[in-house]
Amino acid sequence: MTTQITRRSFLKSVSALSGAALVVGFDAGNALAGAGNAAEFTPFVRITAEGRVKALIKHFECGQGTATGLATLIAEELNLPLDQVEIEFAPADAARYGNILFGGIQGTGGSTAMANSYMQYRQAGAAAREMLVAAAAETWGVPADSVALADGQLTAGGNAAPIGDFVASASARDVPATPRLKDPSKFSVIGNPDTRRRDNGPKTDGSAVYAMDLHLENQVVAVILRSPRFGGTLASFDDSAAADVPGFIRAVALPTGAGVLVYGRNTWAALQARDATVAEWDFSQADNRGSDQIKADLLAAVNGDAEFDAKGSATQTAELLDGAAQVIERDFFFPYLAHATMEPLTCTIAPTETGVMLHDGCQMPTGAQMALSAVLQIPQENVEVTTLYAGGTFGRRSTQTADYHVEAALAFALNGGQQPVKLVWSREDDIRGGYYRPAVAHKVRIGLDEGGRIVGWDHRVTGKPIFKGGPWDAFIVQNGVDSSSVEGVHDTPYDIPGQYVGLTDDRSPITVNWWRSVGHSHTAYVMETMMDMAAAAAGRDPVEYRMEYLNAGTADQVRMAGVLRLVAERSGWNGPVAEDRSRGVAVHKSFGTFVAEVVEISGDAEDGIVIEKVTCAVDCGVAVNPDVVTAQMESGIGYGIGHVMRNEITFTDGEVDQFNFPDYEPLRISDIRAIETHVVHSTEPPTGVGEPGTPPSGPALANAIAVAGPRVTHLPMTANGVRFF
Amino acid sequence: MPTSLNINGQTQMVDVPDGTPLLWVIRDELELTGTKFGCGVSACGACTVHVDGEPVRSCQTYVEDVEGTEITTIEGVASEVADAVKQAWNELNVVQCGYCQSGQIMSAIGLLSENRTPTFDEIENYMWGNACRCATYQRIRAAVRRASEILEA
Repeated sequence: MTTQITRRSFLKSVSALSGAALVVGFDAGNALAGAGNAAEFTPFVRITAEGRVKALIKHFECGQGTATGLATLIAEELNLPLDQVEIEFAPADAARYGNILFGGIQGTGGSTAMANSYMQYRQAGAAAREMLVAAAAETWGVPADSVALADGQLTAGGNAAPIGDFVASASARDVPATPRLKDPSKFSVIGNPDTRRRDNGPKTDGSAVYAMDLHLENQVVAVILRSPRFGGTLASFDDSAAADVPGFIRAVALPTGAGVLVYGRNTWAALQARDATVAEWDFSQADNRGSDQIKADLLAAVNGDAEFDAKGSATQTAELLDGAAQVIERDFFFPYLAHATMEPLTCTIAPTETGVMLHDGCQMPTGAQMALSAVLQIPQENVEVTTLYAGGTFGRRSTQTADYHVEAALAFALNGGQQPVKLVWSREDDIRGGYYRPAVAHKVRIGLDEGGRIVGWDHRVTGKPIFKGGPWDAFIVQNGVDSSSVEGVHDTPYDIPGQYVGLTDDRSPITVNWWRSVGHSHTAYVMETMMDMAAAAAGRDPVEYRMEYLNAGTADQVRMAGVLRLVAERSGWNGPVAEDRSRGVAVHKSFGTFVAEVVEISGDAEDGIVIEKVTCAVDCGVAVNPDVVTAQMESGIGYGIGHVMRNEITFTDGEVDQFNFPDYEPLRISDIRAIETHVVHSTEPPTGVGEPGTPPSGPALANAIAVAGPRVTHLPMTANGVRFF
Repeated sequence: MPTSLNINGQTQMVDVPDGTPLLWVIRDELELTGTKFGCGVSACGACTVHVDGEPVRSCQTYVEDVEGTEITTIEGVASEVADAVKQAWNELNVVQCGYCQSGQIMSAIGLLSENRTPTFDEIENYMWGNACRCATYQRIRAAVRRASEILEA
C-alpha cells in the first residue's frame, strides 16, 4: 500500500535510501532551492552518496525523447556522459513540476517539453555542479575556481575524489541563485549527434513498464460498453449471458448514462463478458448523420458567410478579388481521424491510506488529479500519480474532460473503492471512441494580378472548435475564434496581402481533441496546396514563388526561407527528375519550429504511386539531441503521410464504420522507402519537434502527385481517386 | 482447465478456459508483459512471440494449441541473432514510444534466423505485419541490415 508522500517524508526517504542525497531544483518562483532550503523546493536532479546522478523528468515519455532530452541537460552541466544520468519520472506536483508554458499546470503537449525546460534543467544541473565544487574547495582549502568536475570526479591540484564523497556537505550548502551556465561553445552532450536514447535498454528487452502492463495485487479489470453513436445514452442492458463467462464479476450502468461498466478478474474475462452484454440506447440526442451528410454540411458552411472573423475583412478582400486578373479557388475536406496510439488507453487506480494512486502513462498529471478529485470527492493533493512509459499519445492521452481518467475513477468508485481497478480500452474502443481530429472544411479564393502575384486571399474554415467551452477557453478563444482552428493560416509567416480568414463553428456532439499538430494538421495542407496552385497559375517554380512571400525580413521569414532553401538544395530540387518521378514541396511553421519537406514519388495516381523519398529540413533552435530531432521528423512525416494517404473515420447513421487496424490501416514499413533529415545548426532557444514534422508532409505529397496527376483536396487520397503501392 | 506450457524454457501450469488467447495467458496469468496487446486481431504484430522458433501472433493463438511447444517471449529470447538485433536496435536508436518494439524485435529475429542477409524487399515483406504508430520503420529497416552485418562479420 502506498502512503501519501509529503515533501518532508520524500526528502527523508531519499536520505534513508542513499545515506545522503543532493537534490537541486527550483521553487515555484523560479529561484533555485535545494535540500534544507526553501519549502517550495522542486527537485530536478538527485545525486546519491554513491555518486549516482538521477534526472527527475517532469514530462511524460511517449516516444518523443523528452526523458533523454532532459537528462542531456543535466549531463551537460555536470560534465557527465549521458549514459551515466539515470531517469525517473517526477510525481504529480504542479507547484514544482508545472509546465511554464501551461501557466504552471503539470503536463506535456503542444511540443513544449524542451522549450519550457531547457533553462530550468540546465540551471538545476549547474547549481548542483557549483555546490559540489564549493564543498570540495572548502574541504581541500583551495579556491573554487581551481576545482574541476568531470566524469563524476572532483579534482584540484593533487586532490581528487568522486562526487559521492561531497554529496552530504554539498547538499547542506545554500543553493546558488544564479549558477553560471556552461558556455554553449563548450557543449559536448547537447548537440551531440551520437548520443543514445536513455530508454533504449528497457524498450528492447521487454522490461519497460507501460500502464497496460500493471498488475497490482487483488486488481480487477474494467471495460466499458459505450454508446455506438455520439450523444447516445444508455436505456437498459442485459448481462445474463455474461454470467457464463469465466472470470466475469459484474456489470454496472455508468451514472453518466455513457454506458455499462463490465468487471472481470482479468482482461480477457472482462472483454468476453462485455461481448456477451447487450445494451439498448436512446439516440434522441445523438448525432445520427452519415459521413456524406457531415461532409456536405461542412462544405456548405465554408461556402457561406463565416460566423467569426479571424483576420481581415471579407468585404475588403472581396473588392481585391474583384479587381484581380484571375481568381483560383478550391474547397477542401478533412475527415475525422483517430490517434490510434500503439498502446490502447488504460490506467489503474489503487487505494492509498489517504486517497488514491493513479498509475498511468500520464500526459497531464494536474488534469488527472483534478478529475479524480472531483469524481472521488477527495482533496486533489491526495491523488498521487505514478507516471509510466506511454505507448504513444499524439494528443490522445490528454483531453480537456480527462475522459478515461473519469471513467477509471467511476469504475474504481463503483467497485467499492477498496481494490485496484484497471480500466482497459480495446483497439475497437480506441478507433470508435471519439476525441478525434475534427472533420474540417476549408474554402480558399486567391486573387492574382497579371504578373501572378497574390493580391487578395479569402480563406474560410469550419470545424468543431477544440478549446471553446473548455478550461483553456479564455487563453485560446478571442472574439469567438478558437485559434486552434485557424492556426497556420491567420498567423502564417508568408507576407500575404489582403488576407481574410473567417471561421464557422461546427456543433456536432462527436467528441474532438488535439491530434498531432492540432490545427496545423489541416491548415498546412490547405496553405501549401494553395501556394502551389498559385505558383502554377503564375507559371513559376514552387520554391521560388514561395520565397517571394518570405523576403520581408521578419525573423520567422528568414528561418522559414532557410529551411526551404536547405530542403531544395538537399533534395536536388533544381536538378533533373527521373522520367517517371515527380517532386512536391511544402514548408510550414508550427510550435515555433520551421520544417520544409520535399516528397519524391514514382508511378501515377491511377496505377499506383510509390513514395520514394522524403527530404526534410528542420530549424528547431538548439537541437539538444540531433538524433532525437531526426527521429521525430521521421515519425511526424510517417504519421502525416499515413493518414493523408488512407485514413478516415466515417459514419453510417451516426455509427463509426471502422473497428480496428484492418479498416483503419496504419502506415506500414513499405509505404515510404526513405526519409532524409537535415537539422539546421542554430543557437536560438530550442522549440518543439514532436509535432512540426507532420504538417508539411501531406501537402508535399499532394503537390508531388499534382505535378502529373490529380489535385487532391478531399482526404483521404485513397477515397478520392489515388492509388498507392 | 489446467494446461502445461513451456515458456522461456520453463514449464508453467496455467488454469484458463480453452479458447483463451496465448497473449492473455502470457500477460495476465504469467505476468510476462513484454509481449504487448495492440489490436487483438493479428493486424499489428505487437503480440509476436516465437512458437518452436517461428514468430506467431499470440493474440490469435489459442492456449490449447500450444501445449507441447516451446514458447519464447521477448524476456526469454537469447541467441546470437537476438543479441545482434538488440545491439543494432540500440546503436540506431530505433525505439520511440517502444510499445510495438518487442514484437518488431521478435519478428526481426525470426527473419534473420532464417535469412541472415535479407534484401531491402525481403525486410519489408517480412516486417510488413508489424505496425509502428511512431513510424520508426526507416530505422527498423536499417537496424535489420545492421544486425545482418553484425552476424556476418
